[in-house]
Amino acid sequence: MPVIDTQRHDDAFTVVAEFAAPVERVWQLWEDPRKVERWWGPPGYPARFVRHDFTVPGKSIYYMASEDGTPASADGTDATSYAAWSFVSIQAPTALEIDNGFSDEAGEPVGDYPWNRFSVRLEPTVSGTRMTVRTSFETAEELEQMLGLGMLDGFLAALTQTDAILAERT
Amino acid sequence: MVVDTLSDIEVDRIFQALADATRRDIVRRVIEREQNVSDLAERYAMSFAAVQKHVAVLQRSGLVAKRRHGREQLVRPLVGTIERARELLDEYEALWRGRIDRMDTILGEAEEEGA
Repeated sequence: MPVIDTQRHDDAFTVVAEFAAPVERVWQLWEDPRKVERWWGPPGYPARFVRHDFTVPGKSIYYMASEDGTPASADGTDATSYAAWSFVSIQAPTALEIDNGFSDEAGEPVGDYPWNRFSVRLEPTVSGTRMTVRTSFETAEELEQMLGLGMLDGFLAALTQTDAILAERT
Repeated sequence: MVVDTLSDIEVDRIFQALADATRRDIVRRVIEREQNVSDLAERYAMSFAAVQKHVAVLQRSGLVAKRRHGREQLVRPLVGTIERARELLDEYEALWRGRIDRMDTILGEAEEEGA
């Protein structure tokens, strides 16, 4: 299993993973938007990156899509929910800091939700790469917000459950 | 939302309460064994009043409660609240475990292509 350790701090969560691939290849998972799309969003609802300016200062703008490729909305309305990454620092191919939060189509923050910062560090090991991702949050609300970004407010999960229930009935 | 059994304010209070090492230690100790504030205070290099204050913060957050046992007041853990705080972090951990599994899959594919 690639995850070797997780740590819960007062105001942060750290996950450490080891991959059997060189640092440059793991870096590509962050740099190449077509690759990011395949791992960032939850299964069945890939993130679609409409912009990925992998530079400082630069932004990535994405939305979650359902399996047929149509945008999914966090609030159950037809409006597409966008989110953005804002690159704080990039030191290829070993270190990266990103601010992440809900945004408008242009990547500007929207709503009252705070943005969260995560730092990524890649180190070569004998067999590949060790990746450490540390996410900072100041309050439980921020942690919830990050869960919301990952799962789109539980809406998609609820939708999936509805599908399962409907499938059972037929 | 993720939290459906506790309000945001309540959850915030839990995290603020747990943001202190002494308070985390108090929670850990009362999970092991219910005890009074004097017993708790013996373990820390701080005054009884200071420990009392930490217990009060934990009480307000719903992580512990006091119950009367004969002539003494015992601090006991409120398991439901502690579980909820843990669940929230569990969900976040699961999110990242999923992401890392997907990353690993992509790296595996790329290797096959290159071979």
